[in-house]
Amino acid sequence: MKVTVRYFASIRETIGHGHEILETDAATVDALREELLARGAAYQEALSANRAVRMALNQAVCEGTALLQDNCEVAFFPPVTGG
Amino acid sequence: MRLSVSIQVEDFDVSHELAQLRANDAGVGAVCSFVGTVRARNEGSAVSSMELEHYPGMTEKSITAMMQEATKRFDINGARVVHRIGLLHPQDQIVLVAVTSAHRGTSFQACEFLMDYLKTQAPFWKKEVTPDGSRWVDARVSDDAALARWGITTSNR
Repeated sequence: MKVTVRYFASIRETIGHGHEILETDAATVDALREELLARGAAYQEALSANRAVRMALNQAVCEGTALLQDNCEVAFFPPVTGG
Repeated sequence: MRLSVSIQVEDFDVSHELAQLRANDAGVGAVCSFVGTVRARNEGSAVSSMELEHYPGMTEKSITAMMQEATKRFDINGARVVHRIGLLHPQDQIVLVAVTSAHRGTSFQACEFLMDYLKTQAPFWKKEVTPDGSRWVDARVSDDAALARWGITTSNR
């Protein structure tokens, strides 16, 4: 299935781009993150399990167990600091 | 119910925003507002400017959701949130949260609730420029604690 992945703030800078469209068989957001970790050093640094990474599915904050659907949008970002 | 959110590069005029929020609503007896501004110092360093990034689409959705939650918890007449993005400098306005209600207690509470919610839930990120270079601002434990007072537990950090 096709998934749009977005990255923000320090995670975007580490990975080097703000979004990409992927073909994946990953069932969950966590599984997608695992797939991305296998893509090399930048992804490992940005999305490593010991970093505070928040996730959203279709623009709502989600847990790693959230299920992906075709054409969904997943985002990875650090803790928010607005206001 | 008058609820609105704007994410914008431009500055905002608090007087104008408050006038709009309570216009033609004679049930309003209290208007409470909070304005967040850029401090010239943060975490021990001088800050010369900051860049505010957000997640277009999700930002508006998350703030709309939090305003709807506020209407369930508090008997308010209206709420308005304006949040700036882009390049900001010390003393610039960053955010406005304003609430109207019949009596003051409700609008004080709802305004603080909305601000606590926004701090830990709305997808904004600040990168500040200091004499040592630029750095992403870290989330604070105290912000999660502030929201927990309202019975909402989060793990922003």
